[in-house]
Amino acid sequence: MENFAPLLQYLISGLTNGAIYALIALGFGIIYNATTIINFAQGEMVMLGALCAISIYHVAPSLPLAFAGAVVLVTCVGLVFERLALRPVKDPTPIALIIITVGGAVLIKGVAMLIWGKEAYALPPFSGNDPIHLGPATILPQNLWVLGITAISVLALEAFFRLTLVGKAMRACAYNTRAARLVGIAAGRMVQLSFGLSAALGAGAGILIAPLTLGVYDMGTMLGLKGFSAAIIGGLGSLAGGVLGGLVLGVAEALATGFISSGYRDAVAFLLLLLVLFLRPQGLVGGRK
Amino acid sequence: MLKIKNLSAYYGSVRALSGVTMHVREGEIVTLIGANSAGKTTLLNAICGLVRKDGDLAFAGQSLMGLAPEVIVGLGLSQVPEGRQLFAPMTVAENLELGAYRRYRKESKAAINADLERVFQLFPRLKDRLAQQAGTMSGGEQQMLAIGRALMARPRLLLLDEPSLGLAPIVVEDILARLSQLRAEGVTILLVEQNARVALKVADRAYVLETGRIILSGAAADLLQDRQVTRAYLGRDYKEFTEGR
Repeated sequence: MENFAPLLQYLISGLTNGAIYALIALGFGIIYNATTIINFAQGEMVMLGALCAISIYHVAPSLPLAFAGAVVLVTCVGLVFERLALRPVKDPTPIALIIITVGGAVLIKGVAMLIWGKEAYALPPFSGNDPIHLGPATILPQNLWVLGITAISVLALEAFFRLTLVGKAMRACAYNTRAARLVGIAAGRMVQLSFGLSAALGAGAGILIAPLTLGVYDMGTMLGLKGFSAAIIGGLGSLAGGVLGGLVLGVAEALATGFISSGYRDAVAFLLLLLVLFLRPQGLVGGRK
Repeated sequence: MLKIKNLSAYYGSVRALSGVTMHVREGEIVTLIGANSAGKTTLLNAICGLVRKDGDLAFAGQSLMGLAPEVIVGLGLSQVPEGRQLFAPMTVAENLELGAYRRYRKESKAAINADLERVFQLFPRLKDRLAQQAGTMSGGEQQMLAIGRALMARPRLLLLDEPSLGLAPIVVEDILARLSQLRAEGVTILLVEQNARVALKVADRAYVLETGRIILSGAAADLLQDRQVTRAYLGRDYKEFTEGR
């Protein structure tokens, strides 16, 4: 019973981080489904989301405006990135494209450093900083925002892929690109859409976490790798897998931080990734072959 | 309706078709027969814009050279690809819906639903399986769905690539009988087959493709009797030839 209070506390912070990882993981999955490549620039979209929101808030202190503005801006960055860096490639083998995304990530990070410098910026929490007491543990309003907006995003994504014609067309492209083109789906358009959608999800994740951590130009690298790990752990390309992978990873990290040492936090994430790759390479949920 | 003149197609630097010339008139069923790797699938993919090609290719008076596949579908030309190529994890209903993908923006829902009914009339079995995953159906049902999906684009010309592949003879006959029914409804058909016997029975005219070239063409009934065709593609006993001489 003595350990129960901290355990609950760890769970809360683990689930919050996990929700952020899940959003990033979904971005990886969506692009993987459309192109079979891993977009290593995904983490930089998270950073751009956080920093753009902070800058917009600095000019016009309205959180909804900052949120929407940053998501729109970063979505455009995602679309432009696909259009300028990936589409013109003459012989688009997956490995060439993946290396381009790595280069893109370095470039975006460098440009962000030029614009925002190396210091960290804060975004105020969405609704105050008064902790809510939940039995022996406390929960910050921002944690609830993170969990709530993530849940809504996941449900909206699921509805988009299941119910709308464009969403179904994106799935069709993932299952069988040739057949999709033969029924008249412009596969290139779907790829572009997947980059826009992933950038939007990444930006959302960055804005949500900015009040909890701070926004800084190099925050994207680690978050991107964590999101990538979450996607692999859950099963790359699966919506449920991305969410599950993110939450498992977040909770595992929080438990390691709490019960062992905060120094092991990142090690736990990558240990988990290696374990999954060795024991269940298709991920917890399975995903595609 | 479809005019192909001196068409060559390439996979990378490998030339898979050389100088194919053929045509399909409105209302016809034309079949293209040939052995494995003769270039039949390449020809269809060249028509649909999936492979690099040069030469002349026109559909209903409009050149198809340089058009993207999704544009070509919009002109009224649909392909039922080899091996069905369904969206296997998606339901039958979703597969059919995506078949009409390009029409939702321009046409009324009623027009699309009317075509859905047409497909159900042709293949009543699909109607009972709307919620089933496409990949879990039998081969024959999958072929029906592949044809139904192509028809949902409301094509004027339907290209079929080996619809008989891997199906029991009785199922093949059933499906090919539907093709005649479709023709009666005004759809022109280009049927690519390895199974020359069934293809020649249902077709008006035929072309024979060998190593990327058309080597023979004529009325389907004549080709059924042609010595070269019977020997190479119908597998008739060699003795029958020599003795019939």
